[in-house]
Amino acid sequence: MINRHWIHGWLLLTPAFVFLVTFTHLPAITTLIDSFFTTPRGRRPSEFAGWDNYQTLINDAVFWKVLGNNFWFAVGTIPTSIGLALIMALWVNKQLWGRSFVRMAYFTPTVLPMIAVANIWLFFYTPGFGLFDQITGIFGVGQSNILGSPNSALWGVIVVTIWKEAGFFMIFYLAALQTIPPSLIEAARIEGASPWTIFRRVTFPLLMPTTLFVSVNAVVNSFRMVDHLFILTGGGPDNASSLLLFYIYETAFRFWETSYAATLTVILLIILGLLAIGQFFFFDRKVHYR
Amino acid sequence: MLTTKLKAATAATTAFLAFAAAPAVADVDLEFYFPVAVGGAAANTIEDLTAEYVAANDGVNIEAIYAGSYQDTVAKALTAARGGNAPQLSVILSVDMYTLYDEDLILAFDDFAQTDEDKAWLQSFYPAFMENSMIDGKVYGIPFQRSTPVLYWNKDAFAEAGLDPETPPATWDEMIEMGKALTKKDDNGNVTQWGVRIPSSGFPYWLFQGLTTQNDVILVNDAGNETNFDDPAVVDALEYLVALSTEHEVMAPGIIEWGATPKAFFEGQTAMMWTTTGNLTNVRTNAPFDFGVAMLPANERRGAPTGGGNFYMFKGSTDEELQAAFDFIKWISQPAQAAKWTIATGYVAPSPATWESPEMKAYVEDFPPALVARDQLEFAVAELSTYENQRITRIFNDALSAAITGQKEPAEALAEAQAAADDILKNYR
Repeated sequence: MINRHWIHGWLLLTPAFVFLVTFTHLPAITTLIDSFFTTPRGRRPSEFAGWDNYQTLINDAVFWKVLGNNFWFAVGTIPTSIGLALIMALWVNKQLWGRSFVRMAYFTPTVLPMIAVANIWLFFYTPGFGLFDQITGIFGVGQSNILGSPNSALWGVIVVTIWKEAGFFMIFYLAALQTIPPSLIEAARIEGASPWTIFRRVTFPLLMPTTLFVSVNAVVNSFRMVDHLFILTGGGPDNASSLLLFYIYETAFRFWETSYAATLTVILLIILGLLAIGQFFFFDRKVHYR
Repeated sequence: MLTTKLKAATAATTAFLAFAAAPAVADVDLEFYFPVAVGGAAANTIEDLTAEYVAANDGVNIEAIYAGSYQDTVAKALTAARGGNAPQLSVILSVDMYTLYDEDLILAFDDFAQTDEDKAWLQSFYPAFMENSMIDGKVYGIPFQRSTPVLYWNKDAFAEAGLDPETPPATWDEMIEMGKALTKKDDNGNVTQWGVRIPSSGFPYWLFQGLTTQNDVILVNDAGNETNFDDPAVVDALEYLVALSTEHEVMAPGIIEWGATPKAFFEGQTAMMWTTTGNLTNVRTNAPFDFGVAMLPANERRGAPTGGGNFYMFKGSTDEELQAAFDFIKWISQPAQAAKWTIATGYVAPSPATWESPEMKAYVEDFPPALVARDQLEFAVAELSTYENQRITRIFNDALSAAITGQKEPAEALAEAQAAADDILKNYR
């Protein structure tokens, strides 16, 4: 009987397992292997390269720059979009006039494709006759060039990402808020707790599992969302707004330097793996309300 | 999938009917990838021309497949070729020729040119376009959607600034002088109209190559394996470009968006702009004022790069299919077809014979600015093209951006770019 259970279990797992192996594990292993070879060209076959690609990586100024950019991109987007999402969720969870409309308005950016979003924002940012410059122009402020200056291009990209993501995270917080039993809040109120204390001592701790889920998503997204870069800046000026995944894409499908792209991907996998381990093993323990 | 099945069914039926009627002639099926860089009219024109050819030639089926931007098209063609399903023909950037050659994917047209007529056809294009189309004396690309940058100017703004509206700047110094007269500020000191706009987003190297050519220096050798980025004349050209916004204040500072440039011109944000002749029809339709088109201003000499896409033939098909592809490319580049294409888009017709055709003559009589691009070809040079082209141009673009945004001195940025390019290209010498 134990044996039968065992077979059943494996049979049930097989479909998912086949797809995971084919599309996740095998490619990851192939990537690792490829990173130790040179890129094959039509007139020059691939050769074993040892650690050469990793040596190149350490000396590659662009790699370190995009890694730094990715760090600031994560720092800029994750806390702000989560904070905004929480505030928006608390706001639209109240009884207020036009609540569905406000909820829909907050959620709209999530529904739009990233490429469309990027094109809209490209117009907002356009120097001279873009939306922002038209507004600031009324107050006599001169032209801006947010995406065209190395100091501000990354921040321009960060703002778009926050705008896009906050509404998505809000939906999770909203769902979580609606599962909190009203009796807990009422009990706290009878005890004479202020709204702030209720939030800090009751609501927020009960939202912690959602916060973990949302923050895992936000971290993954900060490495994964690069669609808008193609439209907004193309990684420029001089890589000031380029991110790791965008650099990998360029290396692989623009420069056709596939083994170096594999090397960069290995680094990305390691970073994401470490972050996931960190979040699940260390953060998870403190998440549940006891 | 459905279309494939339908096609197969149609092909089978046609074959059957042919078999019933006459000795069997198997259909040749060709795949043709094409990119579109300037909007919808171009895609329709290519599809119409292909359909016209298929209708007139029994036994040949050509599937024209829109493959996205230039970048997407080369990526798709490379991927398909690596998977053993290369298209027979494709339009791809002329500068990607060395990359395709290095991947051992493309065929020389000379090997298919059997008759004297075919051989004469290979010689029938402007030499400026052929510079980007030949390796070791053999033709690997046939010019098709080719362009060159020109200067557009707003005649109303010139008149308002007290300049002669019929005279565009002919030299670098004149462009600065006129630019100063054309730059307008409001009471707060904010600029409301810039003198000139040379866009620098995405691929600044292309317009910058206009400046280097005018400074009488080439960026890369004929073999495509040695760049010349740190030449003093290149540094001088970059210093001029940077000075336009820093010292002379006739151009907006920072990176200037390529795509928004025509709109900025229409809105009166700039009185002059440098952009591709591929925008000609767009400007003609949308500019709310009288405008002129001129060759780029000269310094040591006149000069501009060429740009745009060529036809390539890919390895991996039967001789019969390739011969059919060759015949199609030959047909579509004949004057009657090339004229249709040029009039619909603004691309420069690539052979002198096309300009002599009655359709083109009628078109330029109605709209003389179309001639400027052709006349400039005399001074034009090949667009920057090297082995591992995308990587080298990226290095060069980064250096230009760094100088334009003031992060590095031009000489320093270009010296670094040259070192990085040498590092890659040394494998090809």
